[in-house]
Amino acid sequence: MSIAITARDLARRFGTKWAVDGIDLDVPRAQIYGFLGPNGSGKSTTIRMLCGLLVPTRGTVNVLGYSVPRDSEQVRLRLGYMTQRFSLWDDLTVLENLEFMARVYGLDGPMRRERIGDRVRRYDLAGLAKQRAGTLSGGQRQRLALGAATLHEPDILLLDEPTSAVDPQSRRDFWESLFELVGGGTTILVSTHYMDEAERCHRLAILDRGRIAAEGEPKSLARDIDAVVIEIGDVDFTSARSALAGVAEVRSVAQLGNRLRVLLPKATREPEALLLAALADGNPRATVEQVGASLEDVFVAATKLRAEAAQGERAA
Amino acid sequence: MKWLGRLLAVAGKEVRQLSRDRVTVGLIVGIPTIQLLLFGYAINFDVRGVSTAVLDQSQTSLSRRLVGDLGATQVLGSIRQAGTDRELRELMQRGDANIAIVIPPDLERRIADGRRAALQIVVDGSQPALENVASGLASMPLLRRAGAPPAVRPVEILVAYNPQKRTAVQIVPALCGVILTMTMVIFTASAIVRERERGNLELLITTPVSPAELMAGKLLPYVAIGLIQTTLILVLGWFLFGVPVAGRLLDLYLGALLFIAASLSLGLLISTIAQTQFQAMQMAIVTLLPSILMSGFMFPFEGMPKVAQWIAQVLPLTHFNEIVRGIVLRGAVLTDMRPELLKLLAFLAVMLTLAMKRFHKRLD
Repeated sequence: MSIAITARDLARRFGTKWAVDGIDLDVPRAQIYGFLGPNGSGKSTTIRMLCGLLVPTRGTVNVLGYSVPRDSEQVRLRLGYMTQRFSLWDDLTVLENLEFMARVYGLDGPMRRERIGDRVRRYDLAGLAKQRAGTLSGGQRQRLALGAATLHEPDILLLDEPTSAVDPQSRRDFWESLFELVGGGTTILVSTHYMDEAERCHRLAILDRGRIAAEGEPKSLARDIDAVVIEIGDVDFTSARSALAGVAEVRSVAQLGNRLRVLLPKATREPEALLLAALADGNPRATVEQVGASLEDVFVAATKLRAEAAQGERAA
Repeated sequence: MKWLGRLLAVAGKEVRQLSRDRVTVGLIVGIPTIQLLLFGYAINFDVRGVSTAVLDQSQTSLSRRLVGDLGATQVLGSIRQAGTDRELRELMQRGDANIAIVIPPDLERRIADGRRAALQIVVDGSQPALENVASGLASMPLLRRAGAPPAVRPVEILVAYNPQKRTAVQIVPALCGVILTMTMVIFTASAIVRERERGNLELLITTPVSPAELMAGKLLPYVAIGLIQTTLILVLGWFLFGVPVAGRLLDLYLGALLFIAASLSLGLLISTIAQTQFQAMQMAIVTLLPSILMSGFMFPFEGMPKVAQWIAQVLPLTHFNEIVRGIVLRGAVLTDMRPELLKLLAFLAVMLTLAMKRFHKRLD
């Protein structure tokens, strides 16, 4: 499997804060690679370093065989970028925006018309062609931005939280479009903070405070999670929560409907018995059941464990 | 020729966006028109109707005739009589009188004697241009009729190029430069900052557009706007104030073109420094005020302190004022203006270099 983007020990500091603190990355060609992480975890900064918009404080980036930022200009011809914020022109119409981007990418007469026509059809923009971009809905903007970013048929598409202002149906359609592009050989790197989107990626890196906390295919990440997931039922939530807070092994407690979902380290011996014992006082009728991990569990486990490690370091 | 295509794409986009920004379109025509009307009619270096107080301690027929004569000149308006020295002071302090004339009790003896000043003119120094009025009054042959020896006027003042001493004739050409500076610097200062503020720049710099193509494409429409404004000012100046162009129009437009380019390059540099349009606007105003005050538009250049003259040398408006006055009023040709043209070129080169150095296709 060939690799489209490689990064080694990539880091970037803003003032005294390390926004990205030494990440290694190998993005395979013709796949969707996801960055999952909360705000401030370094997703945008990483993407900006990959396309040469920010100079790394440390580390190396290689995109399609070019060293970035040194060869940024060559890379830019083969790279499409969708910024987190809609960055086409609000006061130009849909068609004018596409026209401008096509010209800027040096597409001439017939080729330009053909590509614009194709994007208008493919991303369902025909009815909006004469409408100013500023008046579009979130989903329509996303389609326009994707159409504009793919006019020059880039080998790599970098998408920075593309669906943060988009309704669920538009998100589904948007992801269908992404798979269509991947089918055509495009490599896509997408950042998100939605679990369902992360689950659709071929591979995934969970980012947490500038570092990769976990990396792999979503399925195997859930399978290989370094934690036990236990669901607790038939309890009074307030008293159960305070009881669980007293158990040293419990890493996280989250309520799902009328159940509590608890994460404990994988090394915990007889976790069910441990929890039942803790709950016995206030909730004698509590039930416990070990369940399969979701991607959210992976995310929580990865970030919580790192936080604890950091705390341990500080204490030591 | 791909670079040209990209440059024109940027220019075309700018024109389109501008044409949809109604306020800006209005300003392109409105700023020159309003400024020209305001300044053309309002700025008047010929002072008339100065409010005056008179303290006549002599109270003779001669003194009354004197006051009458002074009042007959249009320079002084609304003459108030003050009874005492204190009353006179109060009138001036309140600003009810800007000039005071004190006639001493022994007026007639002083005139006959001829050694001491016959009367005293007190000028409110806080008001501009009044001192000139006072010296003008002092040199009037007022006292001839009073039987004094006829005053000899040792110097005859002759005003060339503007024989009627009409302020409009001086103001219109100078306003041309002021208005161009205003609009050009402010428009371009915000042109790139606006894209930065709205997040467009992050996308633009990931495209193959080079910094030079981007800047040239953004500036090109404003060059055209500058030439339109120049035309507007000249036409209005001719129609409303009867200021003809003595020199060749082509020379004037070439000079204006260079000045427009210099002003745009300053705006461009500002837009590479400012992070928001508000900052850009403030920086533009910081450069605007010295331009208006120190370029010889308001005050004669020669009268300024040396340091101010050096600073003024840096301002493009100083040199353009020379060029435009030369061509419009004195009928000079462009080659007469070589030093000014060279200074404008130097300014343009420095600003462009700095702007290019500051603008990177990066976010940091």
